[in-house]
Amino acid sequence: MLGNLTLILLCQLIGETITKVTKLPIPGPVIGMVILFCGLFFSKKMPAELESVAGFLHRYLPLLFVPAGVGVITNLDLMLHSWAPLAGAIIIGTAITVAVTGLVMQMANRRQKPDQQELQP
Amino acid sequence: MNGDITQLWVYLSTSPLLWLTVTLLAYQLGVWVFQRFGFSPILNPVLTAVLVLVILLKLTGTEYQAYFKGAQFIHFLLGPATVALAIPLYREVATIRKTFVPILISLVVGSLAAILSAVGIAWALGGERLLLLTLAPKSVTTPIAMGIAEQIGGLPALTAVAVVLTGITGVVIGDLVLNWVRVHDETARGMAFGVASHGIGTAHAMQKSRVSGAFSALAMALNGLLTALLLPALLSLLR
Repeated sequence: MLGNLTLILLCQLIGETITKVTKLPIPGPVIGMVILFCGLFFSKKMPAELESVAGFLHRYLPLLFVPAGVGVITNLDLMLHSWAPLAGAIIIGTAITVAVTGLVMQMANRRQKPDQQELQP
Repeated sequence: MNGDITQLWVYLSTSPLLWLTVTLLAYQLGVWVFQRFGFSPILNPVLTAVLVLVILLKLTGTEYQAYFKGAQFIHFLLGPATVALAIPLYREVATIRKTFVPILISLVVGSLAAILSAVGIAWALGGERLLLLTLAPKSVTTPIAMGIAEQIGGLPALTAVAVVLTGITGVVIGDLVLNWVRVHDETARGMAFGVASHGIGTAHAMQKSRVSGAFSALAMALNGLLTALLLPALLSLLR
Protein backbone atom coordinates (compact mmCIF):
# COMPACT_ATOMS: atom_id res chain seq x y z
CA MET A 1 0.00 0.00 0.00
CA LEU A 2 2.69 2.45 1.11
CA GLY A 3 4.96 1.51 -1.78
CA ASN A 4 2.24 2.16 -4.33
CA LEU A 5 1.24 5.48 -2.78
CA THR A 6 4.92 6.44 -2.93
CA LEU A 7 5.02 5.39 -6.59
CA ILE A 8 2.08 7.72 -7.37
CA LEU A 9 3.69 10.63 -5.50
CA LEU A 10 7.01 9.94 -7.23
CA CYS A 11 5.33 10.17 -10.66
CA GLN A 12 3.79 13.49 -9.60
CA LEU A 13 7.14 14.76 -8.33
CA ILE A 14 8.83 13.91 -11.63
CA GLY A 15 5.91 15.54 -13.48
CA GLU A 16 6.14 18.74 -11.41
CA THR A 17 9.90 18.86 -11.97
CA ILE A 18 9.48 18.49 -15.74
CA THR A 19 6.86 21.29 -15.74
CA LYS A 20 9.15 23.61 -13.78
CA VAL A 21 12.27 22.90 -15.83
CA THR A 22 10.69 22.97 -19.31
CA LYS A 23 8.12 25.72 -18.47
CA LEU A 24 5.49 23.69 -20.37
CA PRO A 25 1.91 24.91 -19.80
CA ILE A 26 0.96 21.39 -18.61
CA PRO A 27 0.32 20.71 -14.92
CA GLY A 28 2.75 18.34 -13.17
CA PRO A 29 0.09 15.78 -12.15
CA VAL A 30 -1.02 15.41 -15.81
CA ILE A 31 2.59 14.63 -16.83
CA GLY A 32 2.74 12.28 -13.81
CA MET A 33 -0.34 10.51 -15.14
CA VAL A 34 1.35 10.04 -18.54
CA ILE A 35 4.50 8.67 -16.81
CA LEU A 36 2.52 6.18 -14.72
CA PHE A 37 0.48 5.16 -17.76
CA CYS A 38 3.66 4.50 -19.79
CA GLY A 39 5.07 2.47 -16.88
CA LEU A 40 1.95 0.28 -16.75
CA PHE A 41 1.79 0.03 -20.53
CA PHE A 42 5.36 -1.14 -21.01
CA SER A 43 5.58 -3.40 -17.94
CA LYS A 44 2.14 -4.88 -18.80
CA LYS A 45 1.58 -5.45 -15.07
CA MET A 46 -1.07 -4.01 -12.79
CA PRO A 47 -0.22 -4.40 -9.10
CA ALA A 48 -3.45 -5.15 -7.19
CA GLU A 49 -2.36 -2.78 -4.42
CA LEU A 50 -2.00 0.07 -6.92
CA GLU A 51 -5.59 -0.52 -7.99
CA SER A 52 -6.78 -0.29 -4.39
CA VAL A 53 -4.91 3.01 -3.80
CA ALA A 54 -6.45 4.42 -7.00
CA GLY A 55 -9.84 3.06 -5.98
CA PHE A 56 -9.63 4.89 -2.65
CA LEU A 57 -8.56 8.20 -4.26
CA HIS A 58 -11.26 8.00 -6.94
CA ARG A 59 -14.13 6.98 -4.64
CA TYR A 60 -13.97 10.47 -3.09
CA LEU A 61 -12.81 12.35 -6.20
CA PRO A 62 -15.69 14.89 -6.15
CA LEU A 63 -14.81 15.85 -2.53
CA LEU A 64 -11.31 16.85 -3.65
CA PHE A 65 -12.76 19.70 -5.75
CA VAL A 66 -14.62 21.31 -2.84
CA PRO A 67 -11.74 23.49 -1.48
CA ALA A 68 -11.08 24.92 -4.97
CA GLY A 69 -14.82 25.45 -5.44
CA VAL A 70 -15.05 27.52 -2.27
CA GLY A 71 -12.53 29.81 -4.00
CA VAL A 72 -15.61 31.30 -5.73
CA ILE A 73 -15.87 33.45 -2.59
CA THR A 74 -12.78 35.48 -3.57
CA ASN A 75 -14.38 36.83 -6.77
CA LEU A 76 -18.04 37.31 -5.78
CA ASP A 77 -18.08 41.08 -6.59
CA LEU A 78 -16.61 40.64 -10.06
CA MET A 79 -19.05 37.80 -10.72
CA LEU A 80 -22.08 39.85 -9.67
CA HIS A 81 -20.90 42.71 -11.90
CA SER A 82 -20.98 40.61 -15.11
CA TRP A 83 -23.32 37.80 -14.06
CA ALA A 84 -25.25 37.58 -17.37
CA PRO A 85 -22.36 36.81 -19.79
CA LEU A 86 -20.77 34.59 -17.12
CA ALA A 87 -23.91 32.52 -16.48
CA GLY A 88 -24.76 32.36 -20.19
CA ALA A 89 -21.30 31.24 -21.28
CA ILE A 90 -21.03 28.70 -18.47
CA ILE A 91 -24.54 27.15 -18.59
CA ILE A 92 -25.39 27.32 -22.33
CA GLY A 93 -21.77 26.90 -23.44
CA THR A 94 -21.33 23.77 -21.31
CA ALA A 95 -24.63 22.29 -22.58
CA ILE A 96 -23.49 22.89 -26.19
CA THR A 97 -20.05 21.38 -25.53
CA VAL A 98 -21.50 18.25 -23.86
CA ALA A 99 -24.01 17.71 -26.67
CA VAL A 100 -21.56 18.35 -29.54
CA THR A 101 -18.74 16.19 -28.11
CA GLY A 102 -21.08 13.30 -27.25
CA LEU A 103 -22.87 13.36 -30.61
CA VAL A 104 -19.66 13.57 -32.68
CA MET A 105 -18.05 10.71 -30.73
CA GLN A 106 -21.14 8.52 -31.06
CA MET A 107 -21.47 9.21 -34.80
CA ALA A 108 -17.75 8.64 -35.47
CA ASN A 109 -17.94 5.38 -33.48
CA ARG A 110 -20.88 4.11 -35.55
CA ARG A 111 -19.12 5.02 -38.80
CA GLN A 112 -15.98 3.22 -37.75
CA LYS A 113 -17.61 -0.01 -36.61
CA PRO A 114 -18.67 -1.35 -40.06
CA ASP A 115 -15.10 -0.79 -41.32
CA GLN A 116 -13.67 -2.87 -38.52
CA GLN A 117 -16.09 -5.71 -39.17
CA GLU A 118 -14.87 -5.80 -42.76
CA LEU A 119 -11.30 -6.23 -41.58
CA GLN A 120 -12.23 -9.26 -39.51
CA PRO A 121 -12.78 -12.46 -41.53
CA MET B 1 -18.89 33.10 29.50
CA ASN B 2 -18.96 35.13 26.29
CA GLY B 3 -15.22 35.70 26.59
CA ASP B 4 -14.64 31.96 26.90
CA ILE B 5 -16.54 31.31 23.67
CA THR B 6 -14.59 34.05 21.89
CA GLN B 7 -11.32 32.54 23.11
CA LEU B 8 -12.39 29.08 22.01
CA TRP B 9 -13.33 30.48 18.56
CA VAL B 10 -9.99 32.26 18.24
CA TYR B 11 -8.22 28.99 19.03
CA LEU B 12 -10.31 26.84 16.70
CA SER B 13 -10.41 29.25 13.77
CA THR B 14 -6.63 29.43 13.59
CA SER B 15 -6.15 25.65 13.66
CA PRO B 16 -6.40 23.75 10.35
CA LEU B 17 -8.52 21.09 12.08
CA LEU B 18 -11.71 23.20 12.13
CA TRP B 19 -12.13 23.90 8.40
CA LEU B 20 -10.78 20.48 7.40
CA THR B 21 -13.49 18.85 9.52
CA VAL B 22 -16.20 21.28 8.38
CA THR B 23 -15.31 20.59 4.72
CA LEU B 24 -15.72 16.84 5.29
CA LEU B 25 -19.01 17.44 7.13
CA ALA B 26 -20.32 19.75 4.38
CA TYR B 27 -19.52 17.17 1.70
CA GLN B 28 -21.17 14.37 3.66
CA LEU B 29 -24.21 16.59 4.17
CA GLY B 30 -24.21 17.09 0.38
CA VAL B 31 -24.08 13.33 -0.22
CA TRP B 32 -26.87 12.77 2.33
CA VAL B 33 -29.13 15.40 0.72
CA PHE B 34 -28.38 13.93 -2.74
CA GLN B 35 -29.36 10.41 -1.64
CA ARG B 36 -32.29 11.49 0.54
CA PHE B 37 -34.00 13.47 -2.25
CA GLY B 38 -33.83 10.96 -5.08
CA PHE B 39 -30.40 11.65 -6.68
CA SER B 40 -31.63 14.79 -8.46
CA PRO B 41 -28.68 16.24 -10.47
CA ILE B 42 -29.28 19.76 -9.14
CA LEU B 43 -28.52 18.44 -5.62
CA ASN B 44 -24.94 17.63 -6.64
CA PRO B 45 -22.90 17.05 -3.44
CA VAL B 46 -20.03 19.34 -4.56
CA LEU B 47 -22.49 22.17 -5.26
CA THR B 48 -24.19 21.75 -1.86
CA ALA B 49 -20.85 21.56 -0.02
CA VAL B 50 -19.50 24.70 -1.75
CA LEU B 51 -22.70 26.66 -1.03
CA VAL B 52 -22.78 25.61 2.65
CA LEU B 53 -19.08 26.48 3.09
CA VAL B 54 -19.36 29.87 1.32
CA ILE B 55 -22.30 30.79 3.59
CA LEU B 56 -20.42 29.63 6.71
CA LEU B 57 -17.29 31.61 5.74
CA LYS B 58 -19.40 34.73 5.09
CA LEU B 59 -21.31 34.35 8.39
CA THR B 60 -18.16 33.86 10.46
CA GLY B 61 -16.19 36.49 8.51
CA THR B 62 -13.46 33.97 7.70
CA GLU B 63 -11.01 34.76 4.90
CA TYR B 64 -10.51 32.16 2.14
CA GLN B 65 -6.80 31.93 3.02
CA ALA B 66 -7.68 30.96 6.61
CA TYR B 67 -10.17 28.38 5.34
CA PHE B 68 -7.61 26.97 2.90
CA LYS B 69 -5.11 26.32 5.72
CA GLY B 70 -7.37 23.45 6.73
CA ALA B 71 -8.85 22.53 3.36
CA GLN B 72 -5.43 22.28 1.68
CA PHE B 73 -5.05 18.73 3.01
CA ILE B 74 -8.02 17.68 0.87
CA HIS B 75 -6.93 19.89 -2.04
CA PHE B 76 -3.49 18.28 -2.02
CA LEU B 77 -4.95 14.86 -2.84
CA LEU B 78 -6.09 16.20 -6.25
CA GLY B 79 -2.51 15.78 -7.54
CA PRO B 80 -2.10 12.08 -6.66
CA ALA B 81 -5.71 11.43 -7.74
CA THR B 82 -4.90 12.90 -11.17
CA VAL B 83 -1.76 10.75 -11.48
CA ALA B 84 -3.82 7.70 -10.47
CA LEU B 85 -6.17 8.28 -13.43
CA ALA B 86 -3.49 6.35 -15.36
CA ILE B 87 -4.93 3.18 -13.82
CA PRO B 88 -8.49 3.30 -15.29
CA LEU B 89 -6.90 4.57 -18.50
CA TYR B 90 -4.62 1.51 -18.67
CA ARG B 91 -7.55 -0.85 -17.99
CA GLU B 92 -9.41 0.53 -21.03
CA VAL B 93 -6.38 0.74 -23.30
CA ALA B 94 -7.82 -1.86 -25.73
CA THR B 95 -11.06 0.12 -26.18
CA ILE B 96 -9.11 3.38 -26.57
CA ARG B 97 -6.94 1.87 -29.32
CA LYS B 98 -10.02 0.66 -31.18
CA THR B 99 -11.69 4.08 -31.06
CA PHE B 100 -8.60 6.20 -31.62
CA VAL B 101 -9.92 8.08 -34.67
CA PRO B 102 -13.35 8.88 -33.14
CA ILE B 103 -11.54 10.11 -30.00
CA LEU B 104 -9.40 12.55 -32.01
CA ILE B 105 -12.34 13.84 -34.11
CA SER B 106 -14.65 14.41 -31.14
CA LEU B 107 -11.78 15.95 -29.16
CA VAL B 108 -11.00 18.58 -31.79
CA VAL B 109 -14.67 19.40 -32.51
CA GLY B 110 -15.57 19.42 -28.80
CA SER B 111 -12.59 21.59 -27.87
CA LEU B 112 -13.53 24.16 -30.55
CA ALA B 113 -17.20 24.03 -29.44
CA ALA B 114 -16.14 24.73 -25.82
CA ILE B 115 -14.01 27.76 -26.73
CA LEU B 116 -16.32 29.28 -29.37
CA SER B 117 -19.55 28.79 -27.40
CA ALA B 118 -18.06 30.38 -24.27
CA VAL B 119 -16.62 33.38 -26.12
CA GLY B 120 -19.59 33.77 -28.48
CA ILE B 121 -22.28 33.65 -25.82
CA ALA B 122 -20.40 35.95 -23.44
CA TRP B 123 -19.89 38.42 -26.32
CA ALA B 124 -23.58 38.27 -27.31
CA LEU B 125 -24.60 38.97 -23.70
CA GLY B 126 -22.46 42.08 -23.55
CA GLY B 127 -19.26 40.71 -22.04
CA GLU B 128 -16.19 42.91 -22.33
CA ARG B 129 -13.02 41.76 -24.10
CA LEU B 130 -11.31 41.01 -20.77
CA LEU B 131 -14.19 38.72 -19.76
CA LEU B 132 -14.12 36.87 -23.10
CA LEU B 133 -10.40 36.15 -22.71
CA THR B 134 -11.03 35.04 -19.12
CA LEU B 135 -13.82 32.63 -20.14
CA ALA B 136 -12.20 31.14 -23.29
CA PRO B 137 -10.29 28.33 -21.49
CA LYS B 138 -13.11 27.53 -19.00
CA SER B 139 -13.57 23.86 -19.99
CA VAL B 140 -9.96 22.95 -19.22
CA THR B 141 -8.56 21.64 -15.93
CA THR B 142 -7.73 24.54 -13.51
CA PRO B 143 -3.91 24.74 -13.68
CA ILE B 144 -3.85 24.66 -17.51
CA ALA B 145 -6.79 27.09 -17.76
CA MET B 146 -5.10 29.60 -15.44
CA GLY B 147 -1.86 29.34 -17.42
CA ILE B 148 -3.70 29.96 -20.70
CA ALA B 149 -5.68 32.91 -19.25
CA GLU B 150 -2.43 34.53 -18.11
CA GLN B 151 -0.82 33.98 -21.51
CA ILE B 152 -3.72 35.46 -23.53
CA GLY B 153 -4.40 38.36 -21.16
CA GLY B 154 -7.44 37.23 -19.15
CA LEU B 155 -7.91 37.21 -15.37
CA PRO B 156 -6.50 33.88 -14.06
CA ALA B 157 -8.31 34.13 -10.69
CA LEU B 158 -11.71 34.55 -12.37
CA THR B 159 -10.82 31.81 -14.87
CA ALA B 160 -10.30 29.45 -11.92
CA VAL B 161 -13.82 30.28 -10.68
CA ALA B 162 -15.33 29.82 -14.16
CA VAL B 163 -13.55 26.45 -14.48
CA VAL B 164 -15.03 25.14 -11.23
CA LEU B 165 -18.51 26.44 -12.08
CA THR B 166 -18.25 24.88 -15.56
CA GLY B 167 -17.30 21.56 -13.98
CA ILE B 168 -20.25 21.63 -11.59
CA THR B 169 -22.63 22.78 -14.37
CA GLY B 170 -21.48 19.92 -16.61
CA VAL B 171 -22.21 17.39 -13.86
CA VAL B 172 -25.61 18.92 -13.05
CA ILE B 173 -26.90 19.16 -16.66
CA GLY B 174 -24.65 16.63 -18.46
CA ASP B 175 -26.80 13.51 -18.12
CA LEU B 176 -29.98 15.42 -19.00
CA VAL B 177 -28.38 16.90 -22.15
CA LEU B 178 -26.85 13.56 -23.24
CA ASN B 179 -30.16 11.71 -22.75
CA TRP B 180 -31.96 14.46 -24.63
CA VAL B 181 -29.70 14.21 -27.71
CA ARG B 182 -29.80 10.39 -27.36
CA VAL B 183 -26.12 9.75 -26.71
CA HIS B 184 -26.09 6.39 -24.91
CA ASP B 185 -22.65 5.14 -26.00
CA GLU B 186 -20.57 5.00 -22.79
CA THR B 187 -17.36 6.06 -24.52
CA ALA B 188 -19.15 9.10 -26.03
CA ARG B 189 -20.66 10.07 -22.65
CA GLY B 190 -17.18 9.87 -21.12
CA MET B 191 -15.66 12.05 -23.85
CA ALA B 192 -18.45 14.62 -23.39
CA PHE B 193 -17.87 14.92 -19.63
CA GLY B 194 -14.08 15.08 -20.01
CA VAL B 195 -14.02 17.72 -22.76
CA ALA B 196 -16.79 19.93 -21.29
CA SER B 197 -16.07 19.72 -17.58
CA HIS B 198 -12.54 18.36 -16.96
CA GLY B 199 -11.84 16.68 -13.60
CA ILE B 200 -15.21 17.37 -11.99
CA GLY B 201 -16.88 15.76 -15.00
CA THR B 202 -14.41 12.86 -14.81
CA ALA B 203 -15.19 12.33 -11.12
CA HIS B 204 -18.87 12.09 -12.07
CA ALA B 205 -18.29 9.80 -15.08
CA MET B 206 -16.07 7.55 -12.96
CA GLN B 207 -18.92 6.99 -10.52
CA LYS B 208 -21.32 6.06 -13.34
CA SER B 209 -19.14 3.54 -15.20
CA ARG B 210 -15.52 2.43 -15.55
CA VAL B 211 -15.51 2.90 -19.33
CA SER B 212 -16.99 6.42 -19.15
CA GLY B 213 -14.52 7.33 -16.40
CA ALA B 214 -11.49 6.21 -18.41
CA PHE B 215 -12.63 8.05 -21.55
CA SER B 216 -13.38 11.15 -19.52
CA ALA B 217 -9.90 11.11 -17.96
CA LEU B 218 -8.36 10.76 -21.41
CA ALA B 219 -10.53 13.54 -22.85
CA MET B 220 -9.68 15.86 -19.94
CA ALA B 221 -5.92 15.39 -20.39
CA LEU B 222 -6.00 15.70 -24.20
CA ASN B 223 -8.36 18.70 -24.14
CA GLY B 224 -6.02 20.48 -21.73
CA LEU B 225 -3.09 20.00 -24.11
CA LEU B 226 -5.09 20.84 -27.23
CA THR B 227 -6.61 24.04 -25.79
CA ALA B 228 -3.20 25.23 -24.63
CA LEU B 229 -1.98 24.91 -28.23
CA LEU B 230 -5.19 25.92 -30.02
CA LEU B 231 -6.35 29.00 -28.12
CA PRO B 232 -3.31 31.28 -28.55
CA ALA B 233 -3.21 30.31 -32.27
CA LEU B 234 -6.94 30.98 -32.65
CA LEU B 235 -6.57 34.41 -31.05
CA SER B 236 -3.65 35.44 -33.25
CA LEU B 237 -5.85 34.56 -36.27
CA LEU B 238 -8.59 36.86 -34.98
CA ARG B 239 -6.27 39.79 -34.46
